[in-house]
Amino acid sequence: MIRLLETFGSLVILSLDTLKEVFKRPFEFQLIIDQLAKGGVDSWSITVLTSFFTGLVIASQFAIGLEPFGASMYTGSLVSLGIVRELGPVLTALLVGGRVGAGFTAELGTMSVTEQIDAIRCLGANPIRKLVMPRVVAMTFVMPLLTILADLIGCLGGALISIFEVGVTTSYAFAQMVESIGIQDVIHGLIKSAFFGYFIAIIACWVGMNARGGAESVGKSTTNTVVYISVTILIADFFLTRFLMAVYG
Amino acid sequence: MKEPIIEFTGVYKSFGSKEIYNDLNLKVYRGETLCIIGGSGTGKSVMIKMLVGLLKPDKGSVKAFGKEISNLREHEMIEIRRRIAMLFQNGALFDSLTVAENIKYPLVEHKWGTHEEMDFRVKEVLEQVGLPGIEHQKPSELSGGMRKRVALARSIAVKPEVLLYDEPTTGLDPLSIRRINGLILELQRKTGVTSMVVTHEMPSVFTIANRIAMVKDKAIAFIGNREEAKNCKEDWLSNFIAGGEGVLDEEDLSTK
Repeated sequence: MIRLLETFGSLVILSLDTLKEVFKRPFEFQLIIDQLAKGGVDSWSITVLTSFFTGLVIASQFAIGLEPFGASMYTGSLVSLGIVRELGPVLTALLVGGRVGAGFTAELGTMSVTEQIDAIRCLGANPIRKLVMPRVVAMTFVMPLLTILADLIGCLGGALISIFEVGVTTSYAFAQMVESIGIQDVIHGLIKSAFFGYFIAIIACWVGMNARGGAESVGKSTTNTVVYISVTILIADFFLTRFLMAVYG
Repeated sequence: MKEPIIEFTGVYKSFGSKEIYNDLNLKVYRGETLCIIGGSGTGKSVMIKMLVGLLKPDKGSVKAFGKEISNLREHEMIEIRRRIAMLFQNGALFDSLTVAENIKYPLVEHKWGTHEEMDFRVKEVLEQVGLPGIEHQKPSELSGGMRKRVALARSIAVKPEVLLYDEPTTGLDPLSIRRINGLILELQRKTGVTSMVVTHEMPSVFTIANRIAMVKDKAIAFIGNREEAKNCKEDWLSNFIAGGEGVLDEEDLSTK
């Protein structure tokens, strides 16, 4: 319990230090852009692949499940709502979190055990500014973008099943989706994904920077990061959803 | 009497229940090369890390250039870190950057000058360590000895007044060791830099040191020049100095 509180405390301190660095001049544009490319652009293919198949499989389940009630024509609506509000942000965060988070921890962990982080400090720079801040900013910004992509592709998957399995017309499938998704549903998902992006980066960086020892420690930290990130995303999802529901309804 | 440039007074440092120093007192004078020797895990590296603020003493005073540095905050340490540079054990070069970018790093952070001036300085220090023309290579393409020399070039780029070497020759071949020792001597002669060298390579110690300090029993157990170290009658020092030489006896071979 004490360790948990300590961990939580040092994560808060790291977050505050990171926030301070965000507003300090000169802005580290190049470092942020590098991380946007590494964390975001390189994750688009995995996002597209998983959201497409998730859309397909959820729609298939609904199409069969709703059939006895004669309601399978609503498959598209349900799938799109489910994806935009929950599956889009959460699944993307879990996958990108695993991929990018492990990468961040392995990189920072290796830098930590080879004294490169100490070297940054000794050379007159601040490792939080050079390593943590660009990653946190990039991930907080890029996760909503990836979520929009996941939403679109997931809905496309759902629409395909509605059209080819259920037999609704193409225009009906898309019109129904547009009608059932409200702007607040999209905003819900995007706000959540921005938080997930922040959690992924801050946890991965914190675990990486605290790696001590050698290769074994880096490996262990990397595994731990994926677990911490996944658990945090799932727990935070519940609280954020309840909070956003209370605010936006 | 010369003024000390670095001064540890009554320093206590522990990691959890492991006590590293219980009363560390040491003065380092401008322009000298002081070698710190001692067994593994005695805290030699801890001592120099306290000078660049990577570690803080639990008690006692650490002064550099006459100023107390143990209570400085991170941003206040920047100026001290421009004047005291550290060469890490394995170089700690940034593998994602080229040699030139590595050396430029402290120059950019300490706002050395224009890009042309920084490029010129990069060339200059690479020549100084005998590695001209490797600016565009990555650290992974270099040998262990070359990496150490590039790291040394990075450390001296901003012309520090004190250089801290953490085992500069460990794990290198004899020729590289000779070259590094040569560089340490040359730097002292040409730039008058003050050096603290943590090492357990005794031949290196007797090549480069003006004074030798031995860490034992959580404090400095011996300090003196090369002659005094050689003539010291204490077993623990003479054994340490002669450690690498001679035939192993039964005790050394015992696995019990």
